[in-house]
Amino acid sequence: MVGHIKIDKVSKSFTNPDGSVVKALNEVELDIKPGSFVSLIGPSGCGKTTLLRAISGLALADGGDVYVDEEKVTAPGHERGFAFQQANLYPWLNIEKNIAFGLKARGIYKTHKEDVKEYIEMVGLKGFEKSYPHQLSGGMNQRASLARALVGHPKVLLLDEPLGALDAFTRMNMQDEIIRIWKEQQMTMVMVTHDVDEAVYMSDQVIIMTPRPAKIEQVIDIELGRPRARGNIDFIKYRTRILEILNYAGENHEPEYYL
Amino acid sequence: MVIKQIKKVSAILSALLAIQVHIRMPNSPLQPEASKPYFLYLLYAALAVFVVSYLLSFFVKPVDKKLESTGPLLAGGVLLLNIVNIVCSKLALLPVLFFPSLDRVFGVYVNDWELLLKCIGSSGKLLLIGFSIGAVIGFGTGILVGFNKKAAYWFNPFVKIIGPIPATSWSPLVLSLFATSYQAAVFMIALSVWFPITVMTSNGIANVQQTYFEVADTLGAGKFWKIFRVGIPAALPSVFLGFFYATTGSFVTLVTAEMFGCKLGIGWYLNWQKSMMLYANVYAGLILLAVLCNLIITLLFKVKDRLLNWQKGVIKW
Repeated sequence: MVGHIKIDKVSKSFTNPDGSVVKALNEVELDIKPGSFVSLIGPSGCGKTTLLRAISGLALADGGDVYVDEEKVTAPGHERGFAFQQANLYPWLNIEKNIAFGLKARGIYKTHKEDVKEYIEMVGLKGFEKSYPHQLSGGMNQRASLARALVGHPKVLLLDEPLGALDAFTRMNMQDEIIRIWKEQQMTMVMVTHDVDEAVYMSDQVIIMTPRPAKIEQVIDIELGRPRARGNIDFIKYRTRILEILNYAGENHEPEYYL
Repeated sequence: MVIKQIKKVSAILSALLAIQVHIRMPNSPLQPEASKPYFLYLLYAALAVFVVSYLLSFFVKPVDKKLESTGPLLAGGVLLLNIVNIVCSKLALLPVLFFPSLDRVFGVYVNDWELLLKCIGSSGKLLLIGFSIGAVIGFGTGILVGFNKKAAYWFNPFVKIIGPIPATSWSPLVLSLFATSYQAAVFMIALSVWFPITVMTSNGIANVQQTYFEVADTLGAGKFWKIFRVGIPAALPSVFLGFFYATTGSFVTLVTAEMFGCKLGIGWYLNWQKSMMLYANVYAGLILLAVLCNLIITLLFKVKDRLLNWQKGVIKW
């Protein structure tokens, strides 16, 4: 199986406008198994998104390297799909053209036309091919953006809080859909989230990060069968444990989650 | 219901009033007589159009809607002409040399139509050549400045200094630089078009959401694909604003540019008639200019609506 991610002592700093330097990532080491679903969780400013962007190549690390299937990441590429928090569909293209965008950019659209159809169906947007993004709901747009990231058959899909902007009901539906797609495609997915429930519900592994100095606090394997039930006693145990670690990690900060 | 009917017939009533005034009130003896009452003919024509559309409105729904919404405006327009007619022709309250009767102004289109048509053709050609050159170079510079940091560094000061100077103020320099004054006129129009299009294009590109490019990056798009399939489409609304400014600007430049050495054209016509003190012709020319400018802008907006159809519901103009 493909989609093995190796993060080797990755550091990344940002310079504030006032000249002070903030370490967003401090020698982070991580090994993500091919075909697994991993969540990155932690309070704001703990470098989750920075780590995700380092894997994608959108923001390269200052120190250390990221490898995907033994290949060093030096720039963004289609083998590492990225789903943004906002759908970010191109408003001047209809849904079908948005989804086909990557294939056309790579000049392989003619041989992969069927894929576009297949993925439109997979995310449940059949019949909306000719609609423009502003005509559809936020959830539908987010589905389209998932299809756009997936249609190029990436080895890895990186999700940066892709469900953060959705209402609770749509959100739960989308969680199931993403899990369904993940199973079908047998790919590696790495998701940044703020939502402990979401992390436990979807992941094989939850990676808890702490802010300043940004590093990995703990990696928790979620050993629950699928499909998962949110009311299950083991589910709640995992959730409580993660929340405790987050509270501890937050020390001087207001806890972000309340029970 | 009553108000709706009043709105619908208001244009007819206003036209009838203007006709009655024009027939019953004698022209001032100060005002030179026109060969024929051309303003009256125009009023008759307008009345005929109003009556026909009023009758049609009972059978065709869109005409009904349109007449109800624009009826009062048309009535107001006719009323304004009516007042101008009373002030200028009937009472001669203003100096007759500078404020000719409407009969004479509209008579120009009848008596001078051949020359005017030639002028439109000549100006149109000049405008088309100048506008095309300016638009192509402006769009090109805008893209270059928008996407290339080095180009922006060297070009931006240049654009900022050259741009705000009215194109026509280059005329002495330009006239000596170019072999013919026609080339000079083309250059000045191109220059006046180049600036707004460059600025609005580069500005539009600079304001494109960064995430649009990041999405393209993660989908495996190359540099040129990102420029032509992401940057430019995203900047197109701003580019169109630039074209809009350029159109109005090019008309101003056209009129001035045609004063130098052109032997035909609306600007030349205006200038010539002004020097002959034939103000009826000047006004006729000005009205023609306004109509043409509006026509082009309407056309431009039609193109915009087609190209930027996706904007409906996203941005309101």
